[in-house]
Amino acid sequence: MRRDIFQAIADPTRRAIITLIALQAMTPNAIADNFNTTRQSVSKHLRILTECELAKQEQQGREIYYSLEIEKMKEIDKWLNQFRKIWEARFNQLDNVLSTMKKQKK
Amino acid sequence: MTNSLLFDFTVDKTAKTVYITREFDAELSLVWDAFTKAELIDQWIAPKPMTSKTKYQDFKVGGKRFYAMVSPEGQERWAIQEYTSITPKTNFKMYNAFADKDENPELPGSEWDHTFSEQNGTTKVSITIYNESLERLEKILDGFTQGMKMSLSNLEKLLATLSQK
Repeated sequence: MRRDIFQAIADPTRRAIITLIALQAMTPNAIADNFNTTRQSVSKHLRILTECELAKQEQQGREIYYSLEIEKMKEIDKWLNQFRKIWEARFNQLDNVLSTMKKQKK
Repeated sequence: MTNSLLFDFTVDKTAKTVYITREFDAELSLVWDAFTKAELIDQWIAPKPMTSKTKYQDFKVGGKRFYAMVSPEGQERWAIQEYTSITPKTNFKMYNAFADKDENPELPGSEWDHTFSEQNGTTKVSITIYNESLERLEKILDGFTQGMKMSLSNLEKLLATLSQK
């Protein structure tokens, strides 16, 4: 199975977990309290997020806290931004083509 | 050039779909032509410094456009588009797939849906691209990133070429 950032955000529950742990580090129990799903299911999502290197675990006393790897999140933005730029460049070129077409029509 | 024209770009990774909306300061028939006639498509579809080269096009349902994105080094990346639905000056759909130089497609490809509408001389185009695999979406990007890095807004060059015609 793919373990990368896109796999991490492909699931709505994982996206919600990302939003939660972006604000503060949380224990699996505290995270699970926010969902109408089993503790087990939340654990599975946390495991995937960790494997995708989007969440990191930290032991504090007897508890494990999960927090977001902000730098990793930026990869998505970077990736999407490149894709967006391709289309921007394309459309700027198309603007020019259309402008030439308009002139030729006159 | 007006920069106040709408440009919206969103990616829904869950739905494996890219949504793009853009307005153009031109009447619908011109924009429709620019999207559907190979000799016009080739003038804008390739992000600089790549160029687009259409080997043949048959714009009708079941017809195809066989083309290549050419890198500055002359490397050709072939792809084939099959038109699956055409409603003149309103909508057209196609299936796009990478291919080898002998027109053998590499599946899966992506499904493209273009919708055109005009209001007060401004034409809005909404594009939906559905990719069966996310890997493919990344592949498309990887292919372009190289070229894009070299130059993003080399518009003067294009303008110069166009005005020479």
